[in-house]
Amino acid sequence: MSIKIKNLYKNYKGFEAVKNLNFEIKKGSITGLLGPNGCGKTTTIGMILGLIRPTKGEVLINNKDIEIEKNRISVLEKMNFISPYVELPKKLSVKENLIVYGKMYEVKNLQNRINTLCNDLNLKEFLNKKTGELSSGQKNRVSLAKSLINNPEILLLDEPTASLDPDTGDYVRSYIENYAKKNNTTILLASHNMSEVERLCENIMMMKQGKIIDDGTCEELIFKHGRVNLEETFLKLVRE
Amino acid sequence: MKLRRMYALSIRHLYLIRGSFPRILDLIYWPTIQIILWGFISKFFTMYSDYYNNTVGVILSCAILYDFLFRSSISFNMLFLEEIWSRNFTNLFVAPLKLSEIITALTFTALVRTLIGIVPAVLLMSPLFGVSIINLGAPLFLLFLSLYMFGTTLGILVTSGLLRFGPAFENTAWSSLFLLAPLGCVYYPLSILPEWLQYISNLLPLVYVFEEARSILINNSVNYDNIINALLLNLIYFSLSVIIFYFSFYGARKKGTLVNMGE
Repeated sequence: MSIKIKNLYKNYKGFEAVKNLNFEIKKGSITGLLGPNGCGKTTTIGMILGLIRPTKGEVLINNKDIEIEKNRISVLEKMNFISPYVELPKKLSVKENLIVYGKMYEVKNLQNRINTLCNDLNLKEFLNKKTGELSSGQKNRVSLAKSLINNPEILLLDEPTASLDPDTGDYVRSYIENYAKKNNTTILLASHNMSEVERLCENIMMMKQGKIIDDGTCEELIFKHGRVNLEETFLKLVRE
Repeated sequence: MKLRRMYALSIRHLYLIRGSFPRILDLIYWPTIQIILWGFISKFFTMYSDYYNNTVGVILSCAILYDFLFRSSISFNMLFLEEIWSRNFTNLFVAPLKLSEIITALTFTALVRTLIGIVPAVLLMSPLFGVSIINLGAPLFLLFLSLYMFGTTLGILVTSGLLRFGPAFENTAWSSLFLLAPLGCVYYPLSILPEWLQYISNLLPLVYVFEEARSILINNSVNYDNIINALLLNLIYFSLSVIIFYFSFYGARKKGTLVNMGE
């Protein structure tokens, strides 16, 4: 599945959160969305997920306009999302949460799918534990399992490793990297972690004040702006 | 003890109250409603002290019926609020769930929650007070159905507010039903209200439900007009509440409140 954004705008009471966005993310690619806080990343992801109605423009998933309710539901069946600002019910066990979302996404052979994810993400030992009793690293892995429960063709990752220790962060990044390769998943990754973006993304879009101010591969951006790494390139672009 | 530190803690809460009109309203709301409700009850007993002679179960039966309404509505709201409190809200709206599926699922789950709460109370009535709500006979089912529909309608309306305005609307979830107790004539007949208020109360299905419950228990007669009126009004209000829910959802998408709700 591909994502195509055409002339996308979002205004909140006179404030332009997103201004004339145009980009395309090809099937099976990982694209990074970088930008300072408040630059419009979450709003953009919200519009792709159908959570926010664009003021103007189109979000096309596999050439289907998600503003049409029927399309929205059929697209959401094949999409999923993870964000540190969104959690799973704390009083439900890990297994109960995965069953709830598995059924919501009408996953076939749900038990097998849960077993596979639990093996892959090392969730087995706390499968019957309440989600609220887990450490933030464990919770993150459970959220990742939820976001993969429907074997999504599109995965939207909003700061997937924020607040994780370096070891867990690295584990999650490796897992996402391998998962995307194996399943040809289209991924949009919004992050403040430059090394994460550098490692995972084939293409990077830099956002500032609601606009994409530059895009390209990591090497292209670094070379174009005469910097030594992505972090410095980022800093140059947002401070200009 | 440092006065300045205590003052700091106090103004932390005062800032909160000052900055939120719903909070101020909430503080005024509860005492006002209590005064109005008990004022009408007192007036009723002063004027008609022999009204409930030999029918000790009337008030208790009405209390159970009102509680059923209360639980239906609050259960619906609670299910929705749980998702906000647990910060799971966004996960639900990025799942392939249609709005009609959300409403239907919450409606039935709210019924289960309500029954878990109300059945023990109904069972306790008989051994403790020698009163049984079953005395209402077959129409009891229709009265419960009416109250369940109205409770769900209120639940959907409050949920629409939560969708549109965010968790700040939470207080309305708790207070919406208490406004209806005095107007719904739960414990006294409609005639006890001032005439102008009777016009408003007549628009509430509750009035017909409780008038009918009293009529059955006191006069042993069933007036199906009341039951039909209540069901028809419920049907209208339920349909309107569903339309409002859809509008609120689209309003929330426009306003962006579906993202990070509960933050």
